[in-house]
Amino acid sequence: MLLASCANQSPQDSLSPEGPVAREQDKLWDLTFLIAVVIFFIVELLLVYALVRFRERPGRQAAQFHGNTKLEVLLTVIPSLILAGIAVPTVQTIFDQAEEPEGALQVNVVGKQFWWEYEYVDAGVITANELHIPTDTPVHLTLDGVATEVNGERGVIHSFWVPRLAGAQDVIPGRTTSMNIQADEPGEYEGQCKEFCGLSHANMRLRVIAHEPPEFQTWLAEQQEEAQPPADELAQRGQQIFQETCVACHSIQGVTDSPRNVGPDLTHFASRETFAGAMFPLDEENLRAWMEDPPAVKPGSLMPDYNLSADEIDAVVAFLMGLE
Amino acid sequence: MATVAAPRRGLLARPTAKTGVWGWVTTVDHKKIGILYGVTAFVFFILGGLEAIAIRLQLAQPNGDVLTAEAYNQFFTMHGITMIFLVVMPFGVALMNFFIPLMIGARDVAFPRLNAFSYWCFALGGVFIYSSFFFGGAPDGGWFGYAPLSVQLPGAGMTYYSLGLQILGIASLAGAVNFIVTILNMRAPGMTLMRMPVFIWMVLVTSFLLLFAMPVIAVALFQLMFDRVFEANFFNPAAGGDPLLWQHLFWLFGHPEVYIMILPAMGIVSDVLPTFARKPIFGYAAIVFAGAAIGFMGWGVWAHHMFATGLGPVANSAFALTTMFIAVPTGVKIFNWLGTLWGGQIRFKTPMLFAIGFVAMFIIGGLSGVTHAIVPHDRQQTDTYYVVAHFHYVLFGGAIFGIFAGLYYWWPKIFGRLLSEKLGKLHFWLMFIGFNLTFGPMHIVGLQGMPRRTYTYPDNMGWDLMNMIETVGAVVIAVSILVFLFNAVVTRKRGEVATADPWDARTLEWSIPSPPPEYNFKEIPLVKDRDDWWHRKYAPTPEGEPVRVFAGGADVEADDDDGHGIHLPSPSYFPVVASAGLPVMGWGVVYTAWPVVALGGLVTLLGIFGWAFEPSAEEDH
Repeated sequence: MLLASCANQSPQDSLSPEGPVAREQDKLWDLTFLIAVVIFFIVELLLVYALVRFRERPGRQAAQFHGNTKLEVLLTVIPSLILAGIAVPTVQTIFDQAEEPEGALQVNVVGKQFWWEYEYVDAGVITANELHIPTDTPVHLTLDGVATEVNGERGVIHSFWVPRLAGAQDVIPGRTTSMNIQADEPGEYEGQCKEFCGLSHANMRLRVIAHEPPEFQTWLAEQQEEAQPPADELAQRGQQIFQETCVACHSIQGVTDSPRNVGPDLTHFASRETFAGAMFPLDEENLRAWMEDPPAVKPGSLMPDYNLSADEIDAVVAFLMGLE
Repeated sequence: MATVAAPRRGLLARPTAKTGVWGWVTTVDHKKIGILYGVTAFVFFILGGLEAIAIRLQLAQPNGDVLTAEAYNQFFTMHGITMIFLVVMPFGVALMNFFIPLMIGARDVAFPRLNAFSYWCFALGGVFIYSSFFFGGAPDGGWFGYAPLSVQLPGAGMTYYSLGLQILGIASLAGAVNFIVTILNMRAPGMTLMRMPVFIWMVLVTSFLLLFAMPVIAVALFQLMFDRVFEANFFNPAAGGDPLLWQHLFWLFGHPEVYIMILPAMGIVSDVLPTFARKPIFGYAAIVFAGAAIGFMGWGVWAHHMFATGLGPVANSAFALTTMFIAVPTGVKIFNWLGTLWGGQIRFKTPMLFAIGFVAMFIIGGLSGVTHAIVPHDRQQTDTYYVVAHFHYVLFGGAIFGIFAGLYYWWPKIFGRLLSEKLGKLHFWLMFIGFNLTFGPMHIVGLQGMPRRTYTYPDNMGWDLMNMIETVGAVVIAVSILVFLFNAVVTRKRGEVATADPWDARTLEWSIPSPPPEYNFKEIPLVKDRDDWWHRKYAPTPEGEPVRVFAGGADVEADDDDGHGIHLPSPSYFPVVASAGLPVMGWGVVYTAWPVVALGGLVTLLGIFGWAFEPSAEEDH
């Protein structure tokens, strides 16, 4: 309970690891921080001591010595040895964490402007911003940047970061990188893009949602299904508007024909808790405000204002909120 | 002046004004150029500080609405560019300019006109970059300008960046060449390399770093300019380019750049501490070679800025090791500064307070630097406020405190009047407290996951209190700068008149009047010792204790001579003309107005032509 409340106070705390990857990184921090604090106090106290002890007092002369070779050699060797002591576990962890764990769940991650696309390779599921993973299972992320032109803009560098699960990995156009994450307990882990990527860098958030493995499988199976056709009239009208306007950039399995990946795949949009790069909690009010003028609420958003009327927005909102 | 003005003829006659606006514009006197550098850097310091205040006001609370995302990105980019290229570097150069010749016993730098050219390139380069605010938006891609974002960003901002830094780079290169030649060739007789003040040594190392680092960034900046203006594809992966190319080039320049900023401050502190502890520096050779070692090792650590890019475990391990071990020579310096204080008679004058503040704060910055070397955890720290905290402890707690130590120390020599000790101490304590309030909490919010370069943050992240404290701290720093300004203004007329050697100091600049005459030294000194001026004043007793020499070599040069007969380089119009063409060419490229580029090129060519053919001096000898 106490831990949970702490986590909530600082949901991106890198010093509260919740999985083995972040924990190994944190162990190195604990070691180095301890050594640094000890050195800090020794050196600063020596400094303060010298300032007090050797302050100017009448009748005393300053000692006129030029150095002390033995002491100087000693003070070069000791720091070198301490650093070597830190270097050994550092290099070990670097190599350990570069390995791909066996039996890992494979997910492809693409950093877009300003949101994340996830593809579950084996299950054929594509989703956005909220990455669902099973607990106690290593997850191997393969990260790609956008190298080609999208709506006249080429991709830029992003960085995928969920502090309580793992340190960041840059997502670079034209390069493929990888990282491992793993969560001990079910829960939501917040993160965000960490490489400056333009106007809405601050709004390029993400979250990882960890489930017990059976619940994860249930979630994955639901995501594999196609979208259900809307039942009520308003939502049907929304689907019509969607297919006239939004389809240029967004896919909905079972509704749209050819896959589009300029904007997020919306097949199970309503099953998400947030939208627009995990910037807003998903509810009708926020969604309406978003569709009225996306770049006004999220600077630099590539989704333009389509000048939909209030009625049209209501219809599209009804349609999207039905995509469970 | 007693020089007999010969009749001047022709277009290329040299100017004669020693005072007034033209006196400053055409001066080639290293002391006047040093003052120009300092005043200009201070103006940019105010601008960069105002940008910082705006940033802190925006981030004082979650979901701040002081700045838009557009404005925020411009402000944090310009804050970085300003403080690095227009404040810390030129402030260092200001002090170098004024004091290299004075400390090595020379009458000017090796190339006085090149020195003026260097200043004007810096000043006009800064004006060029700042003009972007009025012509469609300032650079907004970070001082690090990562491609491909820096290629993609609309508006002219990043084109200004690519060209403006190029002009500033020319200033740095010209300055570096000048200082290297001056230090190697123009030392007074007896001033061997190992008798040079530590500051001069650090300037020498810094100048070599500049000489090798500036061409690297010049290449990267040209590539960026070509990508932006001519749609080249150096950083476009779809056409075979590579975004990481920029990062390698940028940090191969960028990390030596850190040492370019900190080494001169280390040099200042290494001269201030002995003066106010009344002791020779502890381990002179070690402190000099540690500086040189930092200069060499600084070239082998650049990829520690790129631990999250996926360079692979071998490269990451190699750069982790180099990054850890560059801490060793840095540690040597800190221990030697402690050794210098040990056994001393420490006088807590304002310059000494800033020098001690430097040592105390640099310890923190150095230790947090070592934590970046533990690569797996660096991937947590990178691009968070933890890194912002680290480098402000190095560049503000380090470089800026060192520069203020130098300013308070040398102010009486430069202006002939002492700054007020009371106001100086108030300045120090306000700045020391404000600095720690601003940047100390950044360590914590950074580790709590607050990324840098974000214009806003949500209110449930646990970062609110620390951010508010940081903003309060920033305001305290601003107040401390006002105290300094007030100090400078009120003591200008009413300050205590400085003697030649108000601190009972150790090096040659204190052996001549304050302010120094135009020709510096009436007679070039014959140097017999390290800390020569001290040894002229004090002779050791058999027990090794210094005893004041009452007569003999310790007389300050009398200011009774107007320098008649000492040949000094004449002022010149052409350095400012040659540099004036550069920003014009820059504006031409930004707006792809080729006639303007040609015009700028013509002005620069004219300047170089006149420079080459103007007469060497007015009067015949």
